[in-house]
Amino acid sequence: MMKDIISKIEKEGILGRSGSNFPVHLKWESVKKEKAEKKYVVCNAAEGELGAFKDLFILKNHSRYVIEGIRVAIDYLSAEKGYIYLKKEYFEEVHDLLKEEIGNDEIEIVKKKGGYIGGEETALIKVIEGGVPEPQKKPPFPTQKGLWGYPTLVNNVESFYCVGKIKREEYEKERFYSIFGDAPNKGVHKLQGGITIREILESTGNVPDFEYFLKIGGGACGIIMLPEELDVPLRRLGVIMIYKKEGLDCYALMKKWVDFLLEGNCDKCTPCREGLYRIMEMIEKRDMEGVEDMLFAMEKTSFCPLGTSAATSLRSFLEKVLKNDHENKN
Amino acid sequence: MKIKINGKKLLAKEGETILDVSKRNGIHIPTLCYHSDVTIKASCRVCVVEVNREELLPSCSTKVQNGMVVETDTSSVRRARKINLELLFSQHQEECHDCIWNLNCKMLDFAKEYKVKINKFKDRKDHYPAYRFGCSLEFDSSKCIDCRNCIEICKEQGVGFLEMRGKSHLREVFPSERKDKDCVHCGQCINHCPAGAFEAVGEFERTEKPLKKEEITLIFQIAPAVRAAIGEEFGLPAGFNLMGELVSSLRQLGGDNIFDVPVGADITTMEESKEFLKRTEEGGLPLLTSCCPSWVRFVEFYYPEFIPHLTTVRSPHIILGKLIKEYFSTKKGVDPQELFLISIMPCVAKKHEIEREELAENGVRPVDYVMTTRETGRLLKKNNIKLKGMEKGRTDDPFGEASFSGVSYGASGGVMQSAIFNIIGERVQFKKVSSGLAEASISYKGRNLRLAVVHGLKNARNALEGLKKDPKRYDYVEVMACPGGCIGGGGQPVPTSESMTKERRAGLRKASEDKEVLKAKDNPVVKKVYEEILTTEKEISRICHTRYHEASKTPLYKNKRNNK
Repeated sequence: MMKDIISKIEKEGILGRSGSNFPVHLKWESVKKEKAEKKYVVCNAAEGELGAFKDLFILKNHSRYVIEGIRVAIDYLSAEKGYIYLKKEYFEEVHDLLKEEIGNDEIEIVKKKGGYIGGEETALIKVIEGGVPEPQKKPPFPTQKGLWGYPTLVNNVESFYCVGKIKREEYEKERFYSIFGDAPNKGVHKLQGGITIREILESTGNVPDFEYFLKIGGGACGIIMLPEELDVPLRRLGVIMIYKKEGLDCYALMKKWVDFLLEGNCDKCTPCREGLYRIMEMIEKRDMEGVEDMLFAMEKTSFCPLGTSAATSLRSFLEKVLKNDHENKN
Repeated sequence: MKIKINGKKLLAKEGETILDVSKRNGIHIPTLCYHSDVTIKASCRVCVVEVNREELLPSCSTKVQNGMVVETDTSSVRRARKINLELLFSQHQEECHDCIWNLNCKMLDFAKEYKVKINKFKDRKDHYPAYRFGCSLEFDSSKCIDCRNCIEICKEQGVGFLEMRGKSHLREVFPSERKDKDCVHCGQCINHCPAGAFEAVGEFERTEKPLKKEEITLIFQIAPAVRAAIGEEFGLPAGFNLMGELVSSLRQLGGDNIFDVPVGADITTMEESKEFLKRTEEGGLPLLTSCCPSWVRFVEFYYPEFIPHLTTVRSPHIILGKLIKEYFSTKKGVDPQELFLISIMPCVAKKHEIEREELAENGVRPVDYVMTTRETGRLLKKNNIKLKGMEKGRTDDPFGEASFSGVSYGASGGVMQSAIFNIIGERVQFKKVSSGLAEASISYKGRNLRLAVVHGLKNARNALEGLKKDPKRYDYVEVMACPGGCIGGGGQPVPTSESMTKERRAGLRKASEDKEVLKAKDNPVVKKVYEEILTTEKEISRICHTRYHEASKTPLYKNKRNNK
């Protein structure tokens, strides 16, 4: 029966919905094959990215599938216990609802600590253990040594939702997209997975009638996509931000992003901590000279994916938007 | 397994890091936050190397894999190192003229190697304050590069006075404000900070001050652990015994008289073995040693209930200091005010010890200044005195030569061995129980006496907790706050590490084996002191004994900056 579920997950080709795209069945199997006295399951509901609200939407509207998915994982792994690592701001809204759904099962809700980095899988393990949100060296991966040193499965809310749906044989290859910014029709939308970004905009009534660009995969760490680049599926976190070009202050926008990244910083590694600090200085001076060095160090040498993706994100904005903005103004 | 570094085929063992293999094969990789004594943080990102021609990974934390291809010096490696170094310098306020790393700073070396512009950015922390913990230690937070080795080592020392505070990218190392936490001045933070953010009070701005007083008689006394480490300040490997050279150098520096602290240690041994026997007869065991001022402060602050168990015998340099001043005033007619006595110590807590009120008599302290091994090296270099190749000098009469036992005080176990040797006439074999704890038992006059030698304060904490549960667990415990004893002290040259401490220990061992007399009580100097100065119980008590008191938290002294 349980073997059955894993082959179904594999067959459906469920990829991690946190943006990692790591095949869910492989992650489950790698925890399964670890020999350990105890195992744990964590549902990551930290939802830290700017503009991301799909996990909140799922928890509010479809919590029974999420809890079902966690139960399936606990069963499959013979895990000791499950945790839902919940964003502070969501606590009030969904805590009671989740509790009701959980019933007497061994699933505990833990309040998230720290900023964006508090949602990184090794950092959240530290928080559940009672420590500070700081990423840990990988390997060992949480699948090998997670909570209290035991193999731990960490999956996103939406990944568990999919499993819950598969279990009940109700899965329809759906995916949730959080569409915000200057979007004409803001909100979280449930659509078919695998469709192109343009199709997403079209089917949600979000094709702007103004000049725009998109930031996809996260309001802070996502990458910039121009209107001519949208005929590809969204292979990142289900977040689309639409920005109107007219009257846009590029520096104010970057400041907002970098403020968020500094706020969510763990202070651990040099390139991310100091690099972002210097990028902020450049933004405030409205002069990005020297930024390439910062991005290079962040991309190549950051301790965890926050620094790397922050750099990729900023670079795509500098190249696709700021550069043209300058050229137009000159 | 086989890996390739810079095109060279090398053998590696499972579990080794790229840095381990590189070091073993003499391949240079710059490291900053890496320190062999603490866990790998991999946070400075200076030691990155190129792995399998695709990614840059920190060599300190990346484990080797069979067939791995590593390049340590490609253009992207160099570029990443240069940028990360520039960023590290951007949060590190330089104060190179007054830094304990002196001319031996890794950050500056790498700056040269990677053509780093150290002032490319305005210092982010230029307005960060400097803190002073008591009268021994300073932490200049404007130099901190956030590696947090100090926090780990402070915790490892069983103290946990250094903490993190703040949020996000502005988290910082901060001395605890909690009433139940205080610094005990071991100085291990100094030894494990790559950025020179910690230093002893007085390093180095006060170092020369005492030497400028011309009308005074300037006296130096040298602690045992200094002789096996001072050479490192002059580029020699750890463990060279340079006692003779140091004596001559200090004379050249203007020292009128030079004495050897191990002679004071011989007196400590005499008194402490007497006290141990007395307590064996009359009660009051276990006896705890008190030579280490950091340990004493640890007891006074964290475990005051054990104060009655601390031996009342003063530490060697305090006893010898007192004897020297006594001798100069009574036998040579020199006014104690005209004497200036400097102890050269591997320790920063000794700076605190000499300020203790109980030690002063009529306003005169046994020792006027404590100079660390580092300060001494700096001073000699500044005065162009080359220790290497200096003629070997001898310490002065009437406190000329110490015993083997006295010199052995410089490493963990020395105090205990000396006292027991003095009592039973043979050396005891200790059994290592764990890192930082060794035990032995002896039978004396029909009694079985249990002995323990402890170094590192975390181990000391465990020993005290054990004694709380079972007061009869030990009868006599030696504790040194620093790993390895004074030889690994917070005043020793940097860099320092566990393996260097071992080398120094071997050097100290050789230095003690040079001594003709083995036991403290057989030392003619000791006999003479008891015949001429320590003639009555009253005099012994006045010169050799002290008392302790419960300590409260030292107010934190903060030195604000107005650069911003």
